[in-house]
Amino acid sequence: MFDFLQGYDVLGAFWTTVKLTVVSALGSLVLGTLLAAMRVSPVPLMRGFGTAYVNIVRNIPLTVIIVFSSLGLADIFGVTMGASDNFDVQGFRLAVLSLVGYHAAFVCEALRSGINTVPVGQAEAARAIGLSFSQTLRLVVLPQAFRSVIIPLANVLIALTKNTTVAAAIGVAEAASLMKTMIENEAQTVLIAAVFAFGFVVLTLPTGLVLGWLGKRLAVKR
Amino acid sequence: MKLRKAAAASAAVLALAATATACGSSDKDDSGSSPSGGGKVKVGIKYDQPGLGLKQPDGSFAGFDVDVATYVAKELGYKPSQIEFIETKSADRENALARGDVKFIAATYSITDERKQKVDFAGPYLLAHQDLLVKKDANISKATDLNGKKLCSVTGSTSAQNIHDTIAPKANLKKYSGYSECIAALQSGAVDAVTTDDSILAGFAAQDKYKDQFKLAGLKLSNENYGIGVKKGDAELEKKINTALEKMVSDGAWKQAVEKNFGPAKYQYEQAPKVGVIVK
Repeated sequence: MFDFLQGYDVLGAFWTTVKLTVVSALGSLVLGTLLAAMRVSPVPLMRGFGTAYVNIVRNIPLTVIIVFSSLGLADIFGVTMGASDNFDVQGFRLAVLSLVGYHAAFVCEALRSGINTVPVGQAEAARAIGLSFSQTLRLVVLPQAFRSVIIPLANVLIALTKNTTVAAAIGVAEAASLMKTMIENEAQTVLIAAVFAFGFVVLTLPTGLVLGWLGKRLAVKR
Repeated sequence: MKLRKAAAASAAVLALAATATACGSSDKDDSGSSPSGGGKVKVGIKYDQPGLGLKQPDGSFAGFDVDVATYVAKELGYKPSQIEFIETKSADRENALARGDVKFIAATYSITDERKQKVDFAGPYLLAHQDLLVKKDANISKATDLNGKKLCSVTGSTSAQNIHDTIAPKANLKKYSGYSECIAALQSGAVDAVTTDDSILAGFAAQDKYKDQFKLAGLKLSNENYGIGVKKGDAELEKKINTALEKMVSDGAWKQAVEKNFGPAKYQYEQAPKVGVIVK
């Protein structure tokens, strides 16, 4: 029944999906944390930038962002991410850039809700003993904030995993791209879709379970 | 108190939705029963391929596939006003025929052994070849020139696989989800050539906005026999369509349609293929 799978590197395609997910997750975690710090900082200019970034980027469809990164940035403006001679590498890097830029907005908002769970008194106390803004954030607020938003962040991660399929639009050889190839060659639409759906469940279900369990364990009891 | 209000509101919404769907379904029944008497024919084409099957801004359809489908439908006894064109994307063609959504499909449907297991084909009605579209002044004359060149094709398409597997494994292949993006990349100089069937490329090159910018390289990298897909086992319809295709070639309508749709691209098209003869 599954002999149509022969001759296709399904695991390799999912491996690209995993790489795309992990790299983009790390990138969006860093950028998202920076944005969250901006949005709660005492400097109006930074607050304004953070707010504008989040509100603009999260309201643009990811497909538009990814296709623009390739058609606009790479093809017209010549931004090739250091890989002008290899479209496979270029596509991967452009996809990471887009996924990071897009999901950072969601990480930022999840994290900001976590920051809001930390009682104001904690920040006031930190300021009172002479910590600077960045010290307060790093040592007092963020560690507590992260512990309370593990589950929302898990949701962002799961969404990110599935959103990697949009990268097929610019030819990144991940799972959705191989699915298109297989549907073109084999007349087995339903079975092929089922195989790839199963693949994504295998990737995302454990993520949800593990991070859900971790989130419950580490939550700050108040 | 609030909760009860919300519950009441949602109940009202549900009731509304129920009545709305009731209306909707009865409407559908009405429209479903009338055409069977009126005699409409549903034909699968593509909506997004200039020169072959393109839905135009005013809602009408144009292209070579559309002309062939219209001619065949006429021979089957349907007036142009009785034809209802339905979009059948590449991945959905076999299912649309099996479900009976369409009577036949004329949508750049290459006859292959894998597909023959699922559907039957009338024709072929056009012999196309995989080819390259390049800038007007470009210099590519044989397939081996392609190694190291920047090419563009569509994710998952047979053309992209051919380049990768056999024709030029060392070519730098960019993949997009549609040919329009590839043409844009070719225009901006990000790639040296776009590759797929020459008929599709000719359709793009013949568009007014690209006139005199591109040319076909004429490499004939593969043979694509476009057939008309019919439901598996419907030998009677297949035979009728074959007769219609033969007539279309013999009375000159075929040549006229080719000239009309591909002419501006200076497409060196093959002579009309004989019905039942598949060029491997």
